[in-house]
Amino acid sequence: MSALLDSLAAGFSGSAMQRATLDAVLRDGMPHARMEAWRYTPLRALERRSFGAAGSVPVGAALLDGIAAPRMVFVNGHFDAGLSRLDALPAGVSVHPLSQRLAGSDARATQDLERRYERPDEPFARLNAALAGEGAVVRIDAGTQVATPLQLVFLGAPAGADAAWHARHLLELERGASATVIEHHLHAGEHAHLANTLVHVQLAAGARLNHSRIQAEAGNASLFSRTDAVLARDAVYNRTDLELGAALSRHELNVRLEGERARLVANGVLFADGRRHVDNRLGIEHIARDTSCELLWRGLGAGRGKAVFHGGITIRAGADGSNANLSNKNLLLSATAEIDTQPVLVIHADEVKAAHGATVGQLDTTALFYLRSRGLGESEARRMLTAAFCREVVTAIEDPAVREVLAAALDLALSRLENA
Amino acid sequence: MAGWTIRNERETMETQTDMLKIDNLHARVAGKDILKGVSLDVQSGQVHAIMGPNGAGKSTLGHILAGRDGYEVTQGSVTFEGRDLLALEPEERAAAGVFLAFQYPVEIPGVNNTYFLRAALNAQRKVRGEPELDSMQFLKRVREKMAVLHLSDDLLHRGVNEGFSGGEKKRNEIFQLAVLEPKLAILDETDSGLDIDAMKAVADGVNALRDAGRSFLVITHYQRLLDYIKPDVVHVLAEGRIVESGGPELALELEAHGYAWLKDRVAPGAVPS
Repeated sequence: MSALLDSLAAGFSGSAMQRATLDAVLRDGMPHARMEAWRYTPLRALERRSFGAAGSVPVGAALLDGIAAPRMVFVNGHFDAGLSRLDALPAGVSVHPLSQRLAGSDARATQDLERRYERPDEPFARLNAALAGEGAVVRIDAGTQVATPLQLVFLGAPAGADAAWHARHLLELERGASATVIEHHLHAGEHAHLANTLVHVQLAAGARLNHSRIQAEAGNASLFSRTDAVLARDAVYNRTDLELGAALSRHELNVRLEGERARLVANGVLFADGRRHVDNRLGIEHIARDTSCELLWRGLGAGRGKAVFHGGITIRAGADGSNANLSNKNLLLSATAEIDTQPVLVIHADEVKAAHGATVGQLDTTALFYLRSRGLGESEARRMLTAAFCREVVTAIEDPAVREVLAAALDLALSRLENA
Repeated sequence: MAGWTIRNERETMETQTDMLKIDNLHARVAGKDILKGVSLDVQSGQVHAIMGPNGAGKSTLGHILAGRDGYEVTQGSVTFEGRDLLALEPEERAAAGVFLAFQYPVEIPGVNNTYFLRAALNAQRKVRGEPELDSMQFLKRVREKMAVLHLSDDLLHRGVNEGFSGGEKKRNEIFQLAVLEPKLAILDETDSGLDIDAMKAVADGVNALRDAGRSFLVITHYQRLLDYIKPDVVHVLAEGRIVESGGPELALELEAHGYAWLKDRVAPGAVPS
């Protein structure tokens, strides 16, 4: 038995169906390193730890000064109405805490919640299905174009003992709607909590979602996140992930391109410094004809950090005319850092264009000398080249205000390199 | 062996101080001896040209002065304004006033040209205890220098040398030189690959910077550039040694006769003592 699972199960208060899901996880236990999906991210140390239920903690609003309205704030998994700013939402936009929707029996939310997760290698999705009772439910009505970004803020805060929470979010864009969502995963003080997040993204025909996620959690936090997105025809999903914080952060991004001409652009930076472990796992499925994905990921390994990237692309039979591109470049900034990259392309269709490339290298010594010969100190020159290496991910963002927010978060994280 | 000194220069410029003094410099790369006893004095305000055939060690000399890794100095010394230059890191040399215009300027996509140059200038100023320039002051300086080099605004907003033509890269080097205002500028084959207009622009940029407090070491294979940047002294470097020094007329002689006549000068016994 696992201390982790026992401690998480102790807080159970759900339905019979959720009980069955929880029992299945308890029966199967946590995945071991022989499971392909967990080969590079062992969970043995985590399994020995215990987490209590997370209490809500008062947090000063000053921390959120840079995050404009509309914003929805959760502290240790609990919705915080006082810190949230949801009073001036544009017409056609609805934003609610999940607990509220469930109390009002929102049929679509219930449907998402009842999704089944059967595989032993997806314990966190199963735990989420069994234990999550809170999250954000965002809906954009058909044809509604929202220019102002909606900010979802998830704050971890010290709460006495190590705590765990499970959050479930639903982002749904109806036909022809467009919106921008920024997820901020931040912390108010140092803590070693565990957060388990499951996000459902539904994009109807012609919908367009620009979705950024800035993960800058506390240095001792453990994060397990999964995003399951489904795109109908002509839907466009632009996504940027910055993995900058936490001791252990695993994100699974699963995107199903179900409708013709659906398009995914998913770019990200994995920054593993100190002793941090960052694992991002992409599972992209081309199901309909003429679908496309563009994936651009940059990994940085510094100190004794470890970055794991799995880029899985499957082009199903019948998805002819599809186009898939994956670029994963990695920079090793120290001899003790580790980077594992694994592009996996499976093609069952004809007439597709698919390309992938993965590299691991070091800073260009000639460029470093060039910068230093102009007067920049070595650490500043290294930081500048490292930032440049990641910049492509951020410059791809169309909205200049969003680009600025992500660039600032990236620069702030990279400044740790100078102090190392 | 004492350095090959230029007696005439010494006598007529006694009031001037040595800015750069290279004494019997020996260096090797990957176990191979490249410099075999280079001695050279450059005084404030002088332009020295270093000419020589390919493989003579010209670029090695430039790199060693700027502090590039990978060169082993086995003997000799380099003094810059009385300081041991070889003991300094590349950025310390830059702050002290040494600048190398690269033969092959490096493309660095993602690092903005202007941002980089301002950060570099301010890093130097900080070391020297001078106030940093704010963006307005910096922009003013940039505008003045750009006009001289006929650089388009567009290049400022791109990544460092990113997508620049060969000529643009070389002009960008001289532009950086103009903005950073070093005391000693080393031009490593800045003329290579330039058409006549680009070369004139480069020379204009350099000539605009000539003054009593600034010296130049112009490394070149061809005499052509020296028609536009008039040197005070010309040295011929061959097989790791300076085998001949003289006035500007030496460059013309090389142009007329090539480097073949040097063959009998490079044997160790033939080096003037």
